[in-house]
Amino acid sequence: MLELRSITAGYDRKVPVFRDVSLSVAPGQAVGLLGPSGCGKSTLARVAALLHRPDSGTLLLDGTPVRRWRHRAPRDRRTAVGVVFQQARLSADPRLTLADLVAEPLRATGRREEAAGRVAELAGAVGLTTDLLTRRPHEVSDGQLQRACLARALVLRPRWLVCDEMTAMLDASTTAALVRVVEDYRAATGAGLLAVGHDRVLLDRWCDRTVEWASLVPPAATTS
Amino acid sequence: MTERAPVLSVRGLSVRFLMPGGHRVAAVTDAHFDVAPGECLALIGESGCGKSVLASALLGLLPGNAQTAGRALLGDLDLLDADERTFARTVRGRLIGLVPQSPAAHLTPVRTIRAHLEETVAELTEVRGRTALREAAEAAAGRAAFPVTHLDRHPHELSGGLAQRAATALALVGDAPLLLADEPTTGLDRDLVDRTVDELRRHVDQGGSRALLMITHDLAAAERIADRVAVMYAGRIVELADAAAFFGAAGPRHPYSRGLLDALPDRAFAPIPGLPPELGALPEGCAFAARCDRASDACAALPPLRGTVACHHPHAVLTEAADRA
Repeated sequence: MLELRSITAGYDRKVPVFRDVSLSVAPGQAVGLLGPSGCGKSTLARVAALLHRPDSGTLLLDGTPVRRWRHRAPRDRRTAVGVVFQQARLSADPRLTLADLVAEPLRATGRREEAAGRVAELAGAVGLTTDLLTRRPHEVSDGQLQRACLARALVLRPRWLVCDEMTAMLDASTTAALVRVVEDYRAATGAGLLAVGHDRVLLDRWCDRTVEWASLVPPAATTS
Repeated sequence: MTERAPVLSVRGLSVRFLMPGGHRVAAVTDAHFDVAPGECLALIGESGCGKSVLASALLGLLPGNAQTAGRALLGDLDLLDADERTFARTVRGRLIGLVPQSPAAHLTPVRTIRAHLEETVAELTEVRGRTALREAAEAAAGRAAFPVTHLDRHPHELSGGLAQRAATALALVGDAPLLLADEPTTGLDRDLVDRTVDELRRHVDQGGSRALLMITHDLAAAERIADRVAVMYAGRIVELADAAAFFGAAGPRHPYSRGLLDALPDRAFAPIPGLPPELGALPEGCAFAARCDRASDACAALPPLRGTVACHHPHAVLTEAADRA
């Protein structure tokens, strides 16, 4: 299970973005989290991905509470979660070719020798051609770059996937293609998914259940 | 609608980028379309298909290595022939109002929305004097439903929706006959998308003589407000159709347009296989053939735009009214 228990988080302890939010994702389950811009859903996604330490509350990953966050988290926990962000351009190192971008998590975890095989395998899955793999981010479109970012998120075979508005900048065809890649991966590995977004039609189609942000926030906490 | 002279008439518009090493990128090729008064034309297609380059060409904002051909007539003025001085003094803001892609980046971060509006009013209209400018700026904000209470805020203090309205208010100040909206809804949530495009539609309906060219990859937004739809693929317009038929029972006729609609989550949610071709290395014939399930030997030749569609194997016409040239 990926369990978020009464999480309070934000960027200023005095004014948290949200208080007391709980949400859980079962293994193999796809949960859509739906909310308007600025509601705090991306912050919650960052907590779930071990990228943001909450002010209070507990994140349980496969039954064990998470005590360390970001780079301080032990490697086996950090790599259990794959993340795809909304803005591919901001989440890709402009100096790396797409092949290096996809292989980076393998390098960072000392599994460099697997890189060539995994990159080729994933490039096929996400639809990147050999020619595109040699280019740097500024030489490809948003859709192509997001394909690489998804491949990067999958390269360590995470048990959990967090997709924060993965398709908000993309056209309909690329959206459908990337969702299919995620679903194929989940079907093969049984990974759980937290998909954050504001497109109800998309999340309803994609996920096993869709949760409204408003239903997660306790009534008392909404006064700001 | 067709009896009145079009606001914008694009004839054979092409844009080429000259790259180092004599390499040429065909960003837009031979585009033909009209936008009539009171009409909204949605230009749709995947990212990187040349939509925004077309918009830049109309606004004289192409980089120095671009070459253009064809004509784009706005009244008597050929936009492809105009110099920077003409664009700066008579076109931008006055003949074409631009609703930009990311309003947060379009607005000046260190100035309030009121300062933006007053400067624009002073620049584009005859209004003079402090009080008059202040009133005109507030009226302009009201036209785009921007709340007067937020006029003294800076861009970073606005939500995405309010920033979008501020940008729309600026685009409307000059009362330009053509509104050009370049991906006006990227990154906005569904409610805001609906509100933003409804407002754009309202401005077209109110004026009667105003026209809207909306460039978007958001098919739901296009369906909501467009009268006609132009589908662009690999720099070419491959289908130019009535929006009601395109999104309705008749459906699109070009296999690519069908693929785009079928990719929507409330339809088949099936992606078009493969990737769009590189604009620098387009195939000789139909650029979509490699991804098309209807492709045959005929597709080795480039299909001309006949009637409403440029395809050798278009889907059947369901209505008798459909034109076959």
